[in-house]
Amino acid sequence: MELFTNQILAGISTGAIYACMALAVVMIYQAIDHLNFAQGEMAMFSTFVSWQLMQWGVPYWGAFVLTLVFSFAGGIAIERLLFKPLAKAPILTNVAGFIALYSIINSVAGLIWDFTIKQYPTPFGSHPFLGSQLISTHQAGMIGITLILLLLLFFFFRFTRMGLAMRAAASLPESARLVGINTSWMIALGWGMAAAIGSIAGMMIAPVVFLEPNMMLGVLIYGFAAAVLGGLTSPFGAVVGGFLVGIFENLVGTYIPGVGNELKLPIALALIITVLVVKPAGLFGRPIVKRV
Amino acid sequence: MLSKQQLRIAAFSTAVIAFAATSGAALAQKKYDTGATDAEIKIGNIMPYSGPASAYGVIGKTEQAYFNKINAEGGINGRKINFISYDDGYSPPKAVEQARKLVESDEVLVVFNPLGTPSNSAIQKYLNAKKVPQLFVATGATKWNDPKNFPWTMGWQPSYQSEARIYAKYLLKEKPDGKIAVLYQNDDFGKDYLKGLKDGLGAKAASMIIAEESYETTEPTIDNHIVKLKASGADVFFSVTTPKFAAQAIKKLAEIQWQPMHLVVNVSASVGGVIKPAGFENSQGILSAAYAKDGADSQWDNDPGMKKFFAFLEKYYPDGNKLDGSVVYGYGVAQTLAKVIEMCGDDLTRANVMKQAASLKDFTPDTLLPGVTINTSATDFAPIEQLQMMRFKGEKWELFGDIISGEVSN
Amino acid sequence: MSAVEEVVTEAPAVEAVPKRAMTLGNGTSLVMLALFLVVPLLVKNFIIFQLTMLLIYGLAVLALNILTGGSGQFSLGQSAFYAVGAYTSAILMEHAGMNYALTLPIAGVICFGFGFLFGQPALRLSGVYLALATFALATAMPQLLKLGYFEHWTGGVQGLVVTKPDAPFDLPMSQDMWLYYFTLAVTIAIYIFSVNLLRSRSGRAFMAIRDNEIAASAMGIDVALYKTLAFGVSAGITGVAGGLGAIAVQFVAPDSYTIALAISLFLGMVVGGVGWLPGSIVGSAFIIFVPNIAEGISKGLSGAVFGVLLFLVIFLVPHGARQVAIIAQHLIGKAKKN
Repeated sequence: MELFTNQILAGISTGAIYACMALAVVMIYQAIDHLNFAQGEMAMFSTFVSWQLMQWGVPYWGAFVLTLVFSFAGGIAIERLLFKPLAKAPILTNVAGFIALYSIINSVAGLIWDFTIKQYPTPFGSHPFLGSQLISTHQAGMIGITLILLLLLFFFFRFTRMGLAMRAAASLPESARLVGINTSWMIALGWGMAAAIGSIAGMMIAPVVFLEPNMMLGVLIYGFAAAVLGGLTSPFGAVVGGFLVGIFENLVGTYIPGVGNELKLPIALALIITVLVVKPAGLFGRPIVKRV
Repeated sequence: MLSKQQLRIAAFSTAVIAFAATSGAALAQKKYDTGATDAEIKIGNIMPYSGPASAYGVIGKTEQAYFNKINAEGGINGRKINFISYDDGYSPPKAVEQARKLVESDEVLVVFNPLGTPSNSAIQKYLNAKKVPQLFVATGATKWNDPKNFPWTMGWQPSYQSEARIYAKYLLKEKPDGKIAVLYQNDDFGKDYLKGLKDGLGAKAASMIIAEESYETTEPTIDNHIVKLKASGADVFFSVTTPKFAAQAIKKLAEIQWQPMHLVVNVSASVGGVIKPAGFENSQGILSAAYAKDGADSQWDNDPGMKKFFAFLEKYYPDGNKLDGSVVYGYGVAQTLAKVIEMCGDDLTRANVMKQAASLKDFTPDTLLPGVTINTSATDFAPIEQLQMMRFKGEKWELFGDIISGEVSN
Repeated sequence: MSAVEEVVTEAPAVEAVPKRAMTLGNGTSLVMLALFLVVPLLVKNFIIFQLTMLLIYGLAVLALNILTGGSGQFSLGQSAFYAVGAYTSAILMEHAGMNYALTLPIAGVICFGFGFLFGQPALRLSGVYLALATFALATAMPQLLKLGYFEHWTGGVQGLVVTKPDAPFDLPMSQDMWLYYFTLAVTIAIYIFSVNLLRSRSGRAFMAIRDNEIAASAMGIDVALYKTLAFGVSAGITGVAGGLGAIAVQFVAPDSYTIALAISLFLGMVVGGVGWLPGSIVGSAFIIFVPNIAEGISKGLSGAVFGVLLFLVIFLVPHGARQVAIIAQHLIGKAKKN
């Protein structure tokens, strides 16, 4: 029994990583109706920027805020420069664009900061949380930040005009334009916000996994899985999805004999596909009704 | 008495014969295969400059810088080294393509220090069929020491299994009742070590190893594996991990306050690459083994070999991080190749390169630990077989014990 | 939880490709064929090897074109089928001593079955979700191949070395050249088959499903059957490509078939022009040669250079090589008039 609770707790702490990333994924999906493969790399790059600022002497929270601003602006810049020209191109071409962006960011980060791992500080300390040896104060802090972000996003989309405008622009662009919403800038805004959220995810994740250019690859796969599981239209679902993926993965690894350990990722992904087959919009997503 | 005519013929014949003899002898002194000329020697290399193993690309850069130094100092026996290095992104099909390019298009003399077990496995048959040396491969897989079946392939660093056997010997001696938990990377790197440990422990392997956890490099963190291993009740932890995951393990062990005897493999013993990011305070007492000097260790500051290395970095590779074990590695293996080429003299055929490579006797590159030497023979294609154990104390590794040989009899 | 209404009137994931534009004109086709037949006689073995890989990846991109361009199902998992095909060939050749040529149809059939089976749960997924499911398949494949359970057959992490066949009947050509012509023959056969498939009723069914699934279903098309069929055919062709790949590279290992391969094939499809079968070769050339070019320009930034080149291509010709061909056609048409 103790092993079971331990694995659940451990699963929640890794799940927090996935939940963080999943929020950024959902954010970009809300804006552009597609998954951005370069999301993880953008988060990684932002985290490196914050690290560099701290190397130059900027204190943690100062670097944090500066990085948020930088990421927001960067996200908008990337969208305006690289993806606005592709707006009329087929969606698959855009996906190719995401892949190209991934390649560029990863390579540039490797050149500037090389591939050796770097320690990344946490504002929350690394002591056992409430005496538990399984969740450290950092991981508790990470969960806390994720929940705060979730609340903020919820309020933004539900109760602000801007949030409403963004949702309108993403789901029914033509109608939104008729109502006077500048859909083009809504997309840019979505990119900016997604980049900012991604940078927070990166800064939360780096203390656990160590900072290096390839740190986000594994996280991104799980982040996608978590977002899809929870429902791509629901930030709440993304967070729940993240925890569920973390817990499930751990339980599979611990309790399925023989292959469980080697097949953790495939089984976790298989679970998600099964959920999708039963509930195509994810656990908390809104079902889509198509009119022909 | 010979007639004038006969004399002339005799003189002429003698001259011809003499000329033939001398020029024959002169011709016999210089022998070249494709890739070597009077002016230059082409050395091919394949490294993962992109992709999941790109952290090791720095080895290729170090080697390029080393050969730049050699060339600046006049080359080897008057010939410059033309180092041609291609990226395979750690993908075997790409490695095959690059190997073929090096051999058939660039026409190199040898393929030197290609990196990665999968890539080397992919090109081994081709290079042996083409009789091109696959020299000093950058992987510790045990299978490269097989001169009977693959006479053109030779390793360099101590094989993973020999290193594991050294740990096994240590454990049998120091902790014969130990309960071992192993965390290993689920690829040939991890599995080779695990095999070496089990073989080294022999009959006691089954009773001593009580838990084994494998992980994939796609996993963001191995924290939950550590939690599981702690729950097994082990008091020895064998970390067969690459740098990033080794650091995560060290950190997690400290976080959950688990303090077993902690063994970490040589690849991840780098102070700059692993220990420092993981935290010195978390790493006290960790054991490992080494065959080379660590650039971060101040005890080598005045060591003549390391001084040469540091001077080399300053002049030819200022971007190189002396704390990075890969950079030290690149220097050592490049120096070994330079020695072999030098030993070839003017006989730069591929067969002679292999012959000289298999004739190294007590060769000591600048960067190996004192007492560790390179020895090869026609039946021994494992240049470095010795390691010394070390314990982390304060901010550096303290070597202890004797230089141990971890020979694996295939 | 309110439902979100979507009006499905705009262009979906891919554009419609009229039947006529599916292939190159007869003249161009003949020129291309002549080039493919003659060039290998003039170049070194290494180039022939690269050309063989060009054809092989071209086949894999072709398969993806049928699946995504033809039936509108977005797949990022082709590397999984490629891997199954490659391992099938390798295992049959090395463990069962089977003749290499025979392993290809078997690889094709096994992958067809595998694709057909995977198509079943994929039926309920579309767009991003299907992409993720196929992505999951591609990520899982290397781990399945490493599984200790299968190690006796697959060689586990070490992989299997494959023996390259010699030219039959003692023909005076190198192994590379023989394999090239063999691959060329297989490629042409599959190409002709694919073109005919897309022009047939099944092909029209695919395209109807791609353009508007609900309308197609309303018109009486058995959507489930055709979607899984598309998956099956696509997987089968990719499997054959994988088998050829195993023979050409002479080695199979789990690390050879990662998600990076699936992404490369996807890029090849986009660059070649989604749904345009002749573009598969252009896409394949892009994914083989452009990384080499990028590496030549800058070793440290090869990834960045590749990304920049890719961006250039998609900015200039968002619809891929097909767009170039259409422009060329226009120019030739205009030149003829003048």
